[in-house]
Amino acid sequence: MRHEVRLSGFGGQGIILSAVILGRAAVMYDSKYAVQTQVYGPEARGGASMSQVIIDDNPILFPKVTDPKIYVIMSQEGFEKYGANAPKDAIMLIDTTLVHSRPECPCIEIPATREAKQALGKDIVANIVMLGALVATTHVVSEVALEKAILDSVPKGTGTLNQKAMKLGVELAEGASGK
Amino acid sequence: MTRTEFWQGNTACAEGALAAGCNFFGGYPITPSTEVAEHMASELPKRNGVFIQMEDEIASMASIIGASWTGARAMTATSGPGFSLMMENIGFAAMTETPCVVVNVQRGGPSTGQPTMAAQGDMLQARFGSHGDYSIIALCPATVQEMYEMTVKAFNLADTYRVPVFLMADEVVGHMREKIIIPDAVERVPRRELARGTLPFHTGGDLAPGFPQFGRGYSVHVTGLTHDERGYPAATNPKLHAALVQRLVDKIELARDTIADYDIINPDAEDLFIAYGAPVRTVQQVMHDRPKEKIGFLRLRTVWPFPEKALSLFKNAKRVLVPEMNLGQMAREFERHTKVSVISIPKLGGELHTPDELVAVLEAR
Repeated sequence: MRHEVRLSGFGGQGIILSAVILGRAAVMYDSKYAVQTQVYGPEARGGASMSQVIIDDNPILFPKVTDPKIYVIMSQEGFEKYGANAPKDAIMLIDTTLVHSRPECPCIEIPATREAKQALGKDIVANIVMLGALVATTHVVSEVALEKAILDSVPKGTGTLNQKAMKLGVELAEGASGK
Repeated sequence: MTRTEFWQGNTACAEGALAAGCNFFGGYPITPSTEVAEHMASELPKRNGVFIQMEDEIASMASIIGASWTGARAMTATSGPGFSLMMENIGFAAMTETPCVVVNVQRGGPSTGQPTMAAQGDMLQARFGSHGDYSIIALCPATVQEMYEMTVKAFNLADTYRVPVFLMADEVVGHMREKIIIPDAVERVPRRELARGTLPFHTGGDLAPGFPQFGRGYSVHVTGLTHDERGYPAATNPKLHAALVQRLVDKIELARDTIADYDIINPDAEDLFIAYGAPVRTVQQVMHDRPKEKIGFLRLRTVWPFPEKALSLFKNAKRVLVPEMNLGQMAREFERHTKVSVISIPKLGGELHTPDELVAVLEAR
């Protein structure tokens, strides 16, 4: 089963890192295949950053995302540029701290940036909160694989903080009702 | 024990170079190849290798030629505009028979064009970009795994044939991350040393002479001028020039079947795709999505010299379909080798052909 995931936010939130972690979790710890790509233009630096991940049980031939059905949106500009046209059969996880629009498709509301700040004291881990919520909702990779890939990828000394962020995301997703 | 990684193509290229024993990198960073230089800059000093950021790509190419003559396995990495600047010294490397590896992660041109977008617009430049007649070897990876493997192979071919070898990647393959299996060890073909007491450019009947490495007691003069077997200029000797240039071409062209690396699928099909680099992935997707149709596929890893024999194996071919991220550069080459109609499927703009785009051509009979 091929899953195409699109992540967008603004430069600095760790959107690209989130995508790399997701792909890494699939390949290194779930024995799946993954391809991660990203937008490289100058507009991706400060403005809307976007990265996509394909996850499949079988080798991935065409490496580009054509029809993403899973969205993780962490900024209003990211929503407008990369999320607003999501098809009705997609599912979208939204950081409600930063995105006020809502898509036509089912939407899981995660106040990731606010909760990261309030519960963990660091809004910088909001992207990891969103990853936790993504995996709890869609199971595109296992939680065990995600946790390992996060620990591989974050700076030394921040492992525990990021583990907490992931768990927070899982809990928020379990508490959130799809809308 | 092999190990699995989730790497970017450019990282895989740099790691392949290190596995192949690359110990010199001279380059100038340019999107979308920069990660190759970054990785070499961080890794080479740890392994007693040398990384130099040169002032431009003319100097980058000069630096790897010099390093190669000291016996180093030398590499540079660039993209279109840098590749253009390298052309003069690529000719020098061809004329002086200097083994070296040039990675070109192709982006949209001409000029500075599209720095962050993919293209395959330098395929003819790779073959003919420097002046005069000469031959080179060009490899085209379609996966992150091949970015690693073909970089290794490029070094071995460069040392075997004493020729610049180009890894003609593209932004898609250079930038995407995917699964890669790293082998324990890779094959390293050693550079054949010049037999003692032999003139430095004496081939002894072989097409490429042994290598008289600097610092190992050989007296060598290395010049871009037409030179005799001693390496001394002999630029007004018509016969000598003709023989030298003919040999520079023959050492590659006569070895094309040995150098050739390709896959053949459904050789009895009437519709035949030929692809290299990232569009290979689109063709594979189309074939996967249409399992009942017999679609032929010649998937090239070596593009130069073009393995023309491979094309002749498709005896029933009625149409040759060639998707390229350029205006049909290699399609023109394929046309020379077949009587069958060659349909170019060009794509400009920086994006890879989608499966739908290839299906549309396949179905338009």
